Amino acid sequence: MIARIACGLVLGVLVVVVAGCGERPQVIEYKQGKYQGKPDQPPWDGAKFNGNRNEWELAIKQRNQNQNEYRRTN
Amino acid sequence: MARMRFICDAERCIECNACVTACKQENEVPWGVNRRRVVTINDGVPGERSISVACMHCSDAPCIAVCPVDCIYHTEEGVVLHDKDICIGCGYCFYACPFGAPQFPQTGAFGVRGKMDKCTFCAGGPEPNNSEAEFKKYGRNRPAEGKLPACAEMCSTKALLGGDADVLSDIYRERVTMRAARGTPGTPPWGWATAYGAPEPGKSPAAAPPPAPAPAPTGGKS
Repeated sequence: MIARIACGLVLGVLVVVVAGCGERPQVIEYKQGKYQGKPDQPPWDGAKFNGNRNEWELAIKQRNQNQNEYRRTN
Repeated sequence: MARMRFICDAERCIECNACVTACKQENEVPWGVNRRRVVTINDGVPGERSISVACMHCSDAPCIAVCPVDCIYHTEEGVVLHDKDICIGCGYCFYACPFGAPQFPQTGAFGVRGKMDKCTFCAGGPEPNNSEAEFKKYGRNRPAEGKLPACAEMCSTKALLGGDADVLSDIYRERVTMRAARGTPGTPPWGWATAYGAPEPGKSPAAAPPPAPAPAPTGGKS
């Protein structure tokens, strides 16, 4: 009788412990949305840069240095 | 090309709200919508800090993930923009955004929510560059003119920096290095060269700034 109870207890504990393995992840997996709108024009694709990306990048980098007061004052 | 980014230096921001004003003026943002705002922590207490907050143009933007009509997109330069012709004004993006960037104009007699409006990095939207339609819906397209966001360019203390992330990192690194070395011999205090000119090579050290003691932590703004 005692052996049966012990066996039942062990089985019960095992079921509870193993049940944890069946837990599903509850974190949402974000999927990158597929944009439905109009295609955008890149900033270098205008009258000023005529599609020259390198020229645009250079202009932006040079312009960025205006925010560096160590370069502006010395 | 690195990604376009904003960074705000809390040590420099003086809560003047010039960035907010510049944004509203440049993009003719409607009444009740603030694409950018200044947040102050411990306002009025010595040691208070302010930062200017707008859309941070996240790499893995939660607004893009939750938008039910998929009207938000990333440009090649990493700017998060949206198409107002598709936006249904549901407000999911507002709840998803950790910065509270998406704004909704109140339209109609019952305060019906309009289409989402947010910081565009002054880069307009999916209309032809610098077109009237783009300006009316999204505001100015400054990158197409070779310029950077108006808020960052007009920040008087240069607390708010905006542009190529690599360049911003270099600027910020140089600034922090200079700030750390302030007052030590051989390194002029910040602003010395601006006020008195840089010491000329070969000239007597009298022209150089006197060594100043390290600034004591006062708890105020620097």
